[in-house]
Formats: sequence, structure tokens, C-alpha cells
Amino acid sequence: MYEVEDLVKDLSTKYGTGRSSLMPILQGIVEKHNYLSDEVMVEVAKTLDISAAEVYGTASFYTFLDTQVRGKYVIRVCKTITCSMKGKGEIMQVIEDMLKIRPGETTPDRMFSLLETNCIGWCHKAPAILINEIPYTELTPEKVVEILKSYMKTK
Amino acid sequence: MENKVLNKVGLIFENVDPKEVLTKAFNMSKDEVIQQVLDSGLKGRGGAGFPTGLKWKFTAAEKDPEKYIVCNADEGEPGTFKDREILDRVAYKVYGGMAIAGRTIGAKEGYVYLRGEYKFLLPKLMKELDDFHKMIDEIGYDFRIHYRLGSGAYICGEESALFESIEGFRGEPRNKPPYPTTSGVFSKPTSINNVETLVTVMMIIKDGAESYFKLGTKDSRGSKVFSISGDTPTPGIFELELGMSVQQFVDEFGDGDTKAVQVGGASGFCVPRKKFTETIIGFEGVPTGGSMKLFNSSRSMYNVLHNYLDFFTEESCGQCTPCRVGCQQLLKGVEKVKKGESKSTYLNELVKLAETMKIASKCGLGQSVGNAFRTIVENFREEIIY
Repeated sequence: MYEVEDLVKDLSTKYGTGRSSLMPILQGIVEKHNYLSDEVMVEVAKTLDISAAEVYGTASFYTFLDTQVRGKYVIRVCKTITCSMKGKGEIMQVIEDMLKIRPGETTPDRMFSLLETNCIGWCHKAPAILINEIPYTELTPEKVVEILKSYMKTK
Repeated sequence: MENKVLNKVGLIFENVDPKEVLTKAFNMSKDEVIQQVLDSGLKGRGGAGFPTGLKWKFTAAEKDPEKYIVCNADEGEPGTFKDREILDRVAYKVYGGMAIAGRTIGAKEGYVYLRGEYKFLLPKLMKELDDFHKMIDEIGYDFRIHYRLGSGAYICGEESALFESIEGFRGEPRNKPPYPTTSGVFSKPTSINNVETLVTVMMIIKDGAESYFKLGTKDSRGSKVFSISGDTPTPGIFELELGMSVQQFVDEFGDGDTKAVQVGGASGFCVPRKKFTETIIGFEGVPTGGSMKLFNSSRSMYNVLHNYLDFFTEESCGQCTPCRVGCQQLLKGVEKVKKGESKSTYLNELVKLAETMKIASKCGLGQSVGNAFRTIVENFREEIIY
């Protein structure tokens, strides 16, 4: 709980406590913890002097402001048309097999979450995924295996 | 109808001395800058195509001392990736365009709203912004740009939803009027321009309105950066003079077996092979924010349509009923027809629904779902049914 208070305090010092600081603060929390817990949203509400429902209402609108537990590395597989045409299915299958989770799930050790996402702007280098904010493009099943292995090593 | 040949242009990525261009702009009166932009014929490069000069003129005419210039870098349209490339390669020209706009309309502050998917670019962009701020300090011009990140909501590319997001709210579009030029971000007069539009202004100031006006056609002046993907041997970013036909485009970028081109992304129009020659890429034909997707005969247009409808169903903000329910029903409807649970004539009802959404939806998202829906269903009806 103290950790949550400190983080929100740091972020509100950096971005301010006005309503327009809400998004940068929530984004800062997600950057650190990968999702927004109920405690942290209540703390943000207190700090900005708005209701917790306002914080949740705003957060739940945005796909990248997750209000569910997410792993340290959030893998977002682009499912929009070009990626879908160029082998998104295969890429997804390889990730599912390696991590033993389905889209929407998180590994039990909370290292990886697997999600589908809409166009991430790499159609000319499809298929593409994001791992946290880093894009990986022109993927093949082999390339994905290598990329995931490198993340697994950083445990 | 005028018809130009395919012509590759290199304005957007051309390196210029920003100090020189800004000094030139600042030595002109505000009215002169507006006149130059009007004379160039430049229309907004995000897709909607509102004349940039008019937008600036309206914002400049507002009496409020607090105004804003906002750069829309929430590039979310499926198949568009030009703004990322522009920011990656020539961000200083985007900032330069914002400074020129800021001085012209009377804004001391600007925001760049960058989509969360492009967050990896931010450290580099911030460093370049620092250099830019130093440069305008040297010129002695008081202006500051701030970055705001999106968080994965396509709708925030809609201007008023983008303002809501900057202000810290759900990205739900506002009623219009009032338009952003009178009441934009923080309810202040705001000019909101696309990344590419702002860069183009730099080039218009540098080379003069006349040289830009010479490019393109009556309704579509100048050049445009295209994001090309799908079944093409040369996917990527290309800057082309406006006014070419889809046929000329396909001759250059197709794989020899192109059956359809989706112009303008999921919210754009599907052009089938039989209409390639008669269709001009531009405001007189099919307008585009730059997204060009090519499909060859191995692709199922049902899959394409289904993918787009799935996209809109997820990205509709849900605020107004025509769009929220309409998207869901269109998606369910084509699935039913495909499975044979509904008769093929049900597609006609769905086209009517899409037309209703065009009239009744609150913002551009719901209004444009029908574009792809109607053009795919009309031209590839058999593929949807069987």
C-alpha cells in the first residue's frame, strides 16, 4: 500500500493534480506495474480529488490502461487485415504453444500476457506484434521463438 | 475529370533548414501566411480534407487570448503508417509547422497527441523537441510544444475525442457545433492538424504556394504520402502527386493479380478491378488519408469485410446507439448470411442500416462504417453470400 502511495505521489508531482494529469498518471502506473489495481485507482482518485468511478470510467475506456492483472511483458498481436492475411494466425499459435496460454490470459508466473490488438501501424511489415511498447515486425514463427526466448532469459 | 500520370514526389521527407523556413514565415504577416496556405489548395491530410487555410483563418479570427494548436498523431486507421515514418524521419518539420500555425492563429502552446502504439518513438522525439525549442528561442519566438500519449483507442483520432483524451476524460466525441476552431481543447479555440499537413505547410512556406498548387488536380492539390500494404511486391511509404487513377496505382504497386484496392482504410472505399480505370485517387474520386491496401484474387473479401466490422465493433466508443448497435448488427448480419441462417436479401437490409448509421451517428466513425460495407457488399456480393 505504501508503495502505491509513493508511486502516485511521484507521478502527481511530475504531471500535476489537475484532471488533465489523469491520463499521464495512469499511463505512468501501467508503465511500472502493467495494470491498474483497485487500490491504485482509489489512490489516484484521492490525489486528484475526483471520484474513483471517474478514474475507473476513464481507465476502462482505453485498451492500454488495463484494469486486470497483466504480466511483466504484455504481448499484443495485431489482428487487423494485413497482419491477418500475412500469417497472424501462425504467430499466435507459436506464442500460445510456447507460453501455454490463450489470448486474454496471463502466465501463472505473471511474466507474460497474451492479447490481440487492432492495427498498430506496421502493415507494410506484417505480421507485427508489440511487446510492451516495443514493436517486432516481419515475423516468422522462427523469429517469434527467438524473441520470446530472449524475454524468458531476462526473468 | 483531370487525370495525372503516376508521379513520385519528395517534398515531405526533403531536408530543409527549419530556421530559414521559420524566419521566412515569421517575416510574413499572419494574413499573408493564411493566404499562402489557402492559395496552395492544401486540404487536411488526415483524410477528412478540410482546407487547412480556412481552419487557420477561423481560429485566427477568434478573440479568446488563449488558443491551441494540436497535432493529430493518433494515426489509427488500418493500413496507415505514414505519420510514424514522418515523425521518425522529419519530426522537426512537424514542430516547425506547429510553430507557424501557432503564430498564425495566435497560440503560444501546442500539443502533439501521439498514439500509444508509437510510444517507442517518444525518447527520440522528445530529444528532437528539445533541440527545436532551443532553436525557436534563438529566433526569439515564444512557443512550447507538449506531448500527450494515447492509450490504444482508435476513436481518439476523431478531433473532439482527442481533446477529451488530452483533458483526461474518456475519448468520446463531442457534439458539433461548436467546432474546434471556436471550442477545442480545454474549450479554447483550437486548430487541429494532421502530422503530414503541418509538414506540408513548411514546404509551402519554403517553396511558395504556387509551386505546390501546380501539383495535383482541381479538387486535390499537391502530393500525398501513401501507406501501401497488402498484396504488393513493394509495401511501404510513397509520396505521390494526387490525381492518378487506381489503375495507374495498381500498375505500379500491384502484383499482377489485384482484384480490389481498399482506399482510405477500414473507413474508406473498396474499388474493384472493373472500376480501376474510372476511379481517381483524390477528393474527386476516392479520398484517402493515405491507406492503400491491395488484395489479389486469392483473398476472400468476406474476410476483409468481417475483419473491418470486427474492428469497428471493438473501436466504436459506444456513446451513440446507431454506431454502437449498428456495428454489432452489421457484423452479426454478415455472419448469418455467410452461414446461410439469413437469406442473401438480408444484405440489402444491412446496407440500409449502414446508410442509417451514416445519417444518425454522432461522429465520423459511425458515419463512415458504411463506406467499406456498401462498396464491398455491392462489388463482391457473391463472396459475402457463398
